[in-house]
Amino acid sequence: MHANNFTRRALLAVSGATLVPGIAGLFSPLQAKGIAPTLTMRGGANNYLPGAPIVERIGNGGFWMSGAVLRAGDGMPLAERRIQIWAHTTEGHERDPHSHGATLTDNQGRFQLEMPQIVPAFGQPHGHLAYDDDVEFKTVFLRPVMRNASDTSLSADFVLVPA
Amino acid sequence: MESAKAIFIWCGLALVVILPVAVAANSPLLQWREPIYILAGFAGIVAMATMLCQPLLVGGRLPGLAQRKGRQAHGAVGIILILMVVFHVAGLWVTSPPDMLDALTFSAPTAFSTLGVISMWMLFAAASFALVRSNIRARFWRMGHAICVSLSVLTAVAHAILIEGTMGIWSKTVLCLLVVAATAKVMADIRIWRSFRGWRT
Repeated sequence: MHANNFTRRALLAVSGATLVPGIAGLFSPLQAKGIAPTLTMRGGANNYLPGAPIVERIGNGGFWMSGAVLRAGDGMPLAERRIQIWAHTTEGHERDPHSHGATLTDNQGRFQLEMPQIVPAFGQPHGHLAYDDDVEFKTVFLRPVMRNASDTSLSADFVLVPA
Repeated sequence: MESAKAIFIWCGLALVVILPVAVAANSPLLQWREPIYILAGFAGIVAMATMLCQPLLVGGRLPGLAQRKGRQAHGAVGIILILMVVFHVAGLWVTSPPDMLDALTFSAPTAFSTLGVISMWMLFAAASFALVRSNIRARFWRMGHAICVSLSVLTAVAHAILIEGTMGIWSKTVLCLLVVAATAKVMADIRIWRSFRGWRT
């Protein structure tokens, strides 16, 4: 019994000793490199129209697209960054110019743009976002999918790397 | 009695084919879609419905279309099925070219796109076997057609189930299950596996 306890304790100690550096190993690259950059999603650039105008809202609104734009590594919020947004909505197809619009991030790197309700198209209710500057930071295209078609908001964050 | 059974079978088939189309025709999503997108979607639904008719026809399960007539109809409906799939793909291409291009090049973010394209190629392969049927061994023809059809049916069903579209979930599920069941039943009845036994000889 005593030997059993000892073995169990020894096992716990050994496994604990193995786990600690193991878990630290999982996190250390994050600490070393900071916040990892957002990768362009498959299909993210589909029906992208360069140069969408900055608008107060797209169409008649009713749905909110939001997110944050940060710098990779230190996670510094990036203000005054232009984010382009488009989707298949109650007011038009993805490729329709009036389904597209852009907005700028605030001092905290946050953006939000009101747009018409996104509806399922091509099998999923999804939106498209682009950071398409490519001068200071590399271009990133996102294609977030709504959990529910009845959701009235969707969010996606950009973590950018220098171009 | 026979005619009552015939009426029952035909009405049943008409119901499981018409119901999904009727449910889709009442989908709220239609009001936000252009005509070509709507038609492309319905071509997909009709394609799935013809996939149910195919095993029933070739297996001589539809009253009035037994044996030879059923096989002839199987060929004709096969052509309709292919045309529906071609129209489905073409209509979606017109609706959103980059999304269709992603699907056809197997680089779409959605699994159902890949499954749909695999199903299309397997359908074309199954039809190709039928075209060269007289030039190849009977066993090779039966095996090839059966394998391609099985893969086409399974991937088409997975494609349809994973899509959030105009089809109602219940009518879609019932139609898909019937397609799988009918295909499996007819293949089992003709003991398709006998074509695979000792195929080297």
